[in-house]
Amino acid sequence: MAAFLLRRVAYGALTILGVLLLLFVLFFAVTDPDDIARKAVGERARPEVYQQWKKNHGYDRPLFLNRAHDAGSLARYTDTLLYEHFRTMLTFDFGRSDADDSPIGERLWQGAGPSLSLTLPLFLIELVVAVAIGLMVAFFRETAIDRVVLVACIFTMSVASLLYIIAGQYVVGILLKWFPISGYDGDGTVVWRFLALPVLVGVVSGFGSDVRLYRTIFVEEMGRDYVRTARAKGAGDARVMVGHVLRNALIPIITNVVVAIPFLFTGSLLLESFFGIPGLGAMTVEAIQGNDFATLRVMVYLGALLFILGQILTDLSYALADPRVRLS
Amino acid sequence: MTPASQPLLSVENLTVTFPGESGRVPVVDGVAFAIGRGETLALVGESGSGKSITALALMRLIPKPGRIEPGSRIRFAGRDVLEMDVPEIRAFRGADVAMIFQEPMTSLNPVVPVGAQVAEAVRLHEPVSMAAARARALETFALVGIPDPQQRLDAYPHQLSGGLKQRVMIAMALAMRPKLLVADEPTTALDATIRAQILAVIRDVARRTGTAVLIITHDFGVVNEVADRVAVMYAGQIVEEGTRHELLRAPRHPYTQGLLRSIPRPEARGGRLEEIKGIVPRPGHWPQGCRFHPRCPYVFARCREQWPVRRSVSATQGAWCHLLDEEAAP
Amino acid sequence: MTMLQNLLVLTLLLGAGLVVRAAARDRFWRETAREMWRRRPVAIVVVGLYLLVGLADSISWVGGAVEGDPMSGFRARSLVDRLFVPEAFKEASYSAPFAKTAFYGGAPLQHPGQHWLGTDLLGRDVVYRALKGVRVALLIGGLTTLVVIPVALLFGVSAGYFGRRVDDAVFFLMTVLSSVPPLLLLIALIMVLGKGTIQVCVALGITGWVHFCRLSRGESLKLRETDYVAAARVLGVSDLTIIRRHILPNMAHLIIITFALTFTSMVLSETVLSYLGIGLEGSWGQMIDQARNELSRTPVIWWNLFAAASLLFVLVLCVNLIADALRDVMDPRTRTEAR
Repeated sequence: MAAFLLRRVAYGALTILGVLLLLFVLFFAVTDPDDIARKAVGERARPEVYQQWKKNHGYDRPLFLNRAHDAGSLARYTDTLLYEHFRTMLTFDFGRSDADDSPIGERLWQGAGPSLSLTLPLFLIELVVAVAIGLMVAFFRETAIDRVVLVACIFTMSVASLLYIIAGQYVVGILLKWFPISGYDGDGTVVWRFLALPVLVGVVSGFGSDVRLYRTIFVEEMGRDYVRTARAKGAGDARVMVGHVLRNALIPIITNVVVAIPFLFTGSLLLESFFGIPGLGAMTVEAIQGNDFATLRVMVYLGALLFILGQILTDLSYALADPRVRLS
Repeated sequence: MTPASQPLLSVENLTVTFPGESGRVPVVDGVAFAIGRGETLALVGESGSGKSITALALMRLIPKPGRIEPGSRIRFAGRDVLEMDVPEIRAFRGADVAMIFQEPMTSLNPVVPVGAQVAEAVRLHEPVSMAAARARALETFALVGIPDPQQRLDAYPHQLSGGLKQRVMIAMALAMRPKLLVADEPTTALDATIRAQILAVIRDVARRTGTAVLIITHDFGVVNEVADRVAVMYAGQIVEEGTRHELLRAPRHPYTQGLLRSIPRPEARGGRLEEIKGIVPRPGHWPQGCRFHPRCPYVFARCREQWPVRRSVSATQGAWCHLLDEEAAP
Repeated sequence: MTMLQNLLVLTLLLGAGLVVRAAARDRFWRETAREMWRRRPVAIVVVGLYLLVGLADSISWVGGAVEGDPMSGFRARSLVDRLFVPEAFKEASYSAPFAKTAFYGGAPLQHPGQHWLGTDLLGRDVVYRALKGVRVALLIGGLTTLVVIPVALLFGVSAGYFGRRVDDAVFFLMTVLSSVPPLLLLIALIMVLGKGTIQVCVALGITGWVHFCRLSRGESLKLRETDYVAAARVLGVSDLTIIRRHILPNMAHLIIITFALTFTSMVLSETVLSYLGIGLEGSWGQMIDQARNELSRTPVIWWNLFAAASLLFVLVLCVNLIADALRDVMDPRTRTEAR
């Protein structure tokens, strides 16, 4: 199993390199650094200002071959945007934002906390709710309850998340005035009031597709022979569903779930920006609206990194959960 | 036909229906048989004859949308199985009657060690500690002849061979010392060499513990190894029953005769394989009269019109065939 | 330019007609259609209506000036435009549904009682704007998906069927692309490519391609191992023929269902893009984004949001319902014939 994991990590590393290359092509080859400079500084500055700005932000090098250096010297390849891009990203030296010159690394640290405080409860609550409902409808499959819940899931899935947020803010925040509609007070005792609404909106908008997925998984497990054996032993419904079906269904569920764990850090773009939570998602939205390519590049890179991490974690947890994989 | 003493299990007019193209179709149609204490009955038939469903019906494990029709009667040790409420039937399953299935590979929970699964069988019926249940599991492992039982308790199903898995299934079934063991084609999925071993285990354990056995099979070889009595099923009905000796030596129903004839014999090498012409009719598409008549070499007019009733051939043997109408005692 | 668009629409219609005719000859498709009609008649009719409106809005030509707007004679206007005559059917600013006076101030309207869902900030009829959004939504979801699916199929089936090197390359490409969170990738692509209609569609296509590619790769891998494919290869049937006759038809159900799901996911993604300011012009997402602020006014202005949100919801819901029913009807496990 160690060999397997090592292979996965190696492949993951290769993928990261691929992602970095993709990002390079996107952000440097397709986008012209002159454009970025122009957007940051303004249209009417003198050429020297652009040049200086580009120098400050590391955009003043050629793409991948610097002919200013002698052929055969290393600097010919290292004094380029390509090399710098790879170097800074791989060493987590994120530099400064294109928009306001703030150090990206620091802001990442600051944003991680609020993002987690939103996404972690959301993730846990949604998981528990979706598994519970999925288990219930799987047990009651083909009955009225099942059909009603399924249709309800399709309905909830068909609403754009944007609408949930707007409706949620309007109905719960303005009409009913239960929770504040936005803002964030980092103080531990009060912060839940600001999180309640976004978490609620997040759970409602997400659980529809998860319930259907889990239901399918549960129903498939319920049809298996060992469930019949359990009943033949005299096991009751509760024991069968929880002790046998759930226990086995956890394996594919975990696969589905662990992938999402790294994203707890990057936060939800929409929820954070709508509800005024100063997390990484809001940071990304700001970067978009401010044409801040440097920050955007870092966010996308981080997202990919975390995703690949999630995949490796999934493989690991799969191996831990399924004795057939673990003991081979 | 039934043993003189009160039979352990008595099934009468068992009918199980499933939804079909137009209404419900009986897959098991008016089946009746009995099993005495400590006796082994083999239920023989081809696939589609309804024998597995019959076995499942005994424990009320018929999968939805199947249904045991009213008018069916199943009595076990003097109790009416079909009238039991949910807690009763759960106490019944695994403790009074236990079942083992054809595919040991998929019939065991893949993520739980086998010892724990057998222990579960105990703890579902008796309020004992995990340790005590494990001890019982160990005991039963030894009973079914699992080598190195202590080690094996913590093994996962995928780590065991097919034969060992089936022994575990038998152990799990016998953990509560049920009075009846139902075995649905327990050796069909096993290698030929292991088959004999498992049958020996069943036979020996049954003898030692006095457990009655209902063994479902399509293989007369199995019948020969373990059965005391035999019942032959065709198209949802029992067509012949008798002792092992009687049925293997002198079957009276043309279907049973055909089945036995079609077993390849080494002496007959070089000749054609015998077959029963035609195919088994699908449930709901049964012919009028005797269901076997389209394939029967001795068919005559009455066969096409009337259902045959049971005619006794001896005190223990009987067949449902019009050929016996004249000869038999009413 | 409009001529090109009209031609495109015509070719699409012709193509669709040909496909329907070919499908009608096959018993499987006829039965599927019949069963689908039995289960979800309402959803099918509704989607059909949307298609009609989208179609009507795609056919446009120049000519026929409108009173009060001298430029209208030179602008290409679609059937929907001509029906509503938006240039003339305007007010000064907001008005409530069926209102006779303006929302602010109470001045009498030019077309009292005729605006079923009121007017927006610029006085444009909301029903008209909502209907214009149909074409945009169909463009985002339908057209993009129509392009994405063949490309993804090409890569996926090649990877699954031919295996080894091809598979390694495609799998790596898929992994790299899918490692980036789709929303972020989408945003990055649009930021980089620009905010036009084509660019947004391309970006949506690139992010939506991977999922289906992976699916078709998995299916072709599975199908390659089946007995009938093995038999065909032994008989010396060419790879292309095997793919055409055995692999693709058995993926038909997957293709159709994925089409429906990709459609909805793209349309819903666009609403997020609109919120971020990089969506398509005239889309419902944009209307919703613009309408957001109106909710906090008193009295509340709700009709803009209502129109866009309901049209969006109904379309996505119906497509989802159809996809769901399709999945049940086309499940190979319930079919009895082999293909």
